[in-house]
Amino acid sequence: MEGDIAELGKYIGVGLTAIGMGGAAMGVGTVAGNFLSGALRNPSAAASQTATLFIGMAFAEALGIFSFLVALLLMFAV
Amino acid sequence: MATETHEAAGHAAEAAGSAGMPQLDFSTWGNQIFWLIVTLVVIYLILSKVALPRVGAVLADRAGTIANNIAAAEELKQQARDAEAAYEKALANARAEAAAIVEATRAEAAEKLKAATARADEQIAAKAAEGEAAIAEIRAGAMEAAETVARDTAAEIVTALGFSAPEGEIAGAVSARLKG
Amino acid sequence: MATEAAHGAEEGSSLVFHPMDQFIVKPLFGGTEVHWYTITNVTLWMAITVLAIIALMVLGTSGKKQVPSRGQSMAEMAYGFVYKMVEDVTGKDGLRYFPYIFTLFMFIVFANVLGLVPMSFTTTSHFAVTIVLALAVFLTVTILGFVLHGAQFLGLFWVSSAPLAVRPLLAMIEVISYFVRPVSHSIRLAGNMMAGHAVIKVFAGFAAIAAVSPVSILAIVGMYGLEILVAFIQAYVFTILTCVYLKDALHPAH
Repeated sequence: MEGDIAELGKYIGVGLTAIGMGGAAMGVGTVAGNFLSGALRNPSAAASQTATLFIGMAFAEALGIFSFLVALLLMFAV
Repeated sequence: MATETHEAAGHAAEAAGSAGMPQLDFSTWGNQIFWLIVTLVVIYLILSKVALPRVGAVLADRAGTIANNIAAAEELKQQARDAEAAYEKALANARAEAAAIVEATRAEAAEKLKAATARADEQIAAKAAEGEAAIAEIRAGAMEAAETVARDTAAEIVTALGFSAPEGEIAGAVSARLKG
Repeated sequence: MATEAAHGAEEGSSLVFHPMDQFIVKPLFGGTEVHWYTITNVTLWMAITVLAIIALMVLGTSGKKQVPSRGQSMAEMAYGFVYKMVEDVTGKDGLRYFPYIFTLFMFIVFANVLGLVPMSFTTTSHFAVTIVLALAVFLTVTILGFVLHGAQFLGLFWVSSAPLAVRPLLAMIEVISYFVRPVSHSIRLAGNMMAGHAVIKVFAGFAAIAAVSPVSILAIVGMYGLEILVAFIQAYVFTILTCVYLKDALHPAH
């Protein structure tokens, strides 16, 4: 692993994309937390909104998956 | 490590001449897409021709059976309710009848009692009148006797005192005294 | 540390990570060339998926009983789950496309779960597969929208409730988000599957070090539980997003 500046940049880049997963984690946590606080306020309406919960989580999570994808591309495809 | 990974993943990718990620090995995409489409078409045909109509029919059947059973149960419940209502009605009738009988009996008894009381009153009144009459008679007798005795005594006394008086005068004076 | 260990290890030692090897497409009957018709492990696992679906949906329901057996009630549960989802999201007129959506759901859920069998091959972890699935949904929805509503379908991008000044900007955003749909739709599924399997594989690599192997095995157990959950959730998410897109095509009014 000595002396290859391109390799170095690649690994730094892969490490940096991992930060994106933290963002997705925050997003999913926000969705789930807000759903929970809403559901505890009005439990009777919660069951009808689980589909919306999952859609929201899927959208939030998709961006984390994008960062994972970028990491994989850097790691294996570049 | 990267080179190792390349070598490791390489043995299939080597032939295709791609990098380390099998997903990005485009030489296998045609194969995957072909088999995927075959798979999806087979699943779609099986599901839409066999499985889904069957499951749908079973579910509809069950829903029908459940609806029928619920309707039957509802009917039985209605019958039970009718029977209960009839029973309640009969009970109420019987109770009313019993009350009427009690009332009639009580009225009759009161009537009899009243008649008996009246008869007894009448008898008592008659007896009392009879007694009264007897007393009055006795009293009149006694009065008369007393007058006679008084008159005789007065006449005797007048005579004893040495006076004479006509019969009628003495008797009138005594009567007047007794009355007064 | 992993890199150090792997770096320090001899070539071919047990501590070299090959997390992506499990996704390699190999011909089953010799040869290295993968033509479009070659029978590969993709073919094998897709065939197993089809057989599993037949076992559940056809053999499981063959009794047609009023009081269902175990297999039949599972099949009915799957049917009722997807049916209710389609009805809730798209409304009554979306039920015409129920077999199509049910096909997608069953394929994805079985492929995901069968991919968790040790030594198996996860067909849905490949972009080739998920992109075809997502493009099929995207093209169906777009064509359906234009067939049912003609040019009115473009009203989907013109947010008539917003102030006039920002509408062109919103329209641009809407168009971009519309065309990103198949990308996120496919990469979400493949990425989730790939990530989970790769992580399990990395933990499995650690199991070769005696000192950490108990921890690594426990971690694999935990990841397996999570992955089973993810397998179902991703199938659910894929299906419900398909329903949402279909609703846009059926009722494009904003």
